[in-house]
Amino acid sequence: MKVGVLALQGAFGLHEQVLNRIGVAAVQVRTPEELAGVDRLVIPGGESTAISKLLDANGLGDPLADRLADGLPVLGTCAGMILLTAEVVDGYPGQHRFGAINATVRRNGYGRQSESFLAPIDIEGWESAFPGVFIRAPVVESVGRDVEVLAELDGVPVLCRQGSTVVSSFHPELAQDDRIHRWFVEQDWSTGHRWFVEQE
Amino acid sequence: MAVESMSGRETGTTLVKRGLAEMLKGGVIMDVVTPDQAKVAEDAGAVAVMALERVPADIRRDGGVARMSDPEMITGIQQAVTIPVMAKARIGHFVEAQILEALDVDYIDESEVLTPADEAHHIDKWAFTVPFVCGATNLGEALRRISEGACMIRSKGEAGTGNIVEAVRHLRSIIGDIRKITQADSAELFDWAKQLRAPLPLVREVAETGWLPVPMFCAGGISTPADAGLVMQLGAEAVFVGSGIFKSSDPAPRAKAIVEAATNYRDPHILAKVSRGLGEPMPGLEIDGLETRLADRGW
Repeated sequence: MKVGVLALQGAFGLHEQVLNRIGVAAVQVRTPEELAGVDRLVIPGGESTAISKLLDANGLGDPLADRLADGLPVLGTCAGMILLTAEVVDGYPGQHRFGAINATVRRNGYGRQSESFLAPIDIEGWESAFPGVFIRAPVVESVGRDVEVLAELDGVPVLCRQGSTVVSSFHPELAQDDRIHRWFVEQDWSTGHRWFVEQE
Repeated sequence: MAVESMSGRETGTTLVKRGLAEMLKGGVIMDVVTPDQAKVAEDAGAVAVMALERVPADIRRDGGVARMSDPEMITGIQQAVTIPVMAKARIGHFVEAQILEALDVDYIDESEVLTPADEAHHIDKWAFTVPFVCGATNLGEALRRISEGACMIRSKGEAGTGNIVEAVRHLRSIIGDIRKITQADSAELFDWAKQLRAPLPLVREVAETGWLPVPMFCAGGISTPADAGLVMQLGAEAVFVGSGIFKSSDPAPRAKAIVEAATNYRDPHILAKVSRGLGEPMPGLEIDGLETRLADRGW
């Protein structure tokens, strides 16, 4: 299995490090050829405006939309969440909205950098909290019925899944905790699944 | 300074402050002096803008004392764009930094481009919730700034010259010394700490990890897509472009080209494509002819 990390801009290097740490050889994806060769994809945190423009510049917009429509398992963190969500409030005009998650998010909804924060996240079925690092993070304002909310913070969804698309408002790549990456890589996305059944 | 609030939320932790720098990697941070320029930068794909009253080339030309920008101008730029907004404080001028923090800027650049306010001390950056970036010409300077709480280092280069030679010198110096330290034995690290005038624990950390504990970007003299490719291949993790964009003949396409170059920095075919027909770059200056070397500021 080949796990790709979209390497246009942002914290792609940190995602690679986490994947390498759990024994997965990650590949950087910057071109349509590189995208075609991966079985799973991580879209990192970064600036969603910049990543969206670079998707166009590198001819990745349509190929990525096609792969997502075919059910490519994808993990999107922060900017990755914004790009994968159907509706974006306070977004940038013309920014990609791949719609793999039927939800509405507010870009920079948690505020500027002074309001960026670290908080423990309780994830359904997990024994201990996950360290959630929120950096100028998007707020999930509403989710469709087909979206499974896997974790909330103060009643607001912060980790969601729809089909084989997983998104988080926070940055698991910044935490010294590889459980989310491990789950994303080890999950058999071809069959029906519930999040917590697979966790010990 | 870390502060705890609702639901165990902690703001201003080292991880949260360094985290924003991680998110800017692979990107371009552009100097802008008006909200319109900030829009041009955002449209081109900048990951952040540096709000200031004059770009370094004009500061160099005008002379006199260069200070923090007017808060009204910074607020205007914050309202114009959705990407992070940085602003500069003078070296050692912790009250300018307090004001910038009150304005809710996303990053403070304690910058040698402005006239230093203190000839011996930099700002105690641990005392702030907002993260700081500082310039460095060598590894010792970088580690001293990190020990004072900087969450991002940028190699200084020579701002406002359009000349990449100093940026290359500083990057090679920092990265060259990191390589040597990773080969040093434990006894030699004491001497490295002494030579670099840097704290031993930070020197040990560099020896173990082979990199700085914070991201390192490059600034000072970048004016073409090729310049961006050069410093990224040398090891910079993102680039600051000061005068290079808005002192060129056609800023918008140049800004977009440098953004694409920072992503595709290893692909000469893409670099060739984006370098075509960009018009005149900013006029450059020879380093030997400079009256003031901005990079010499900072201690």
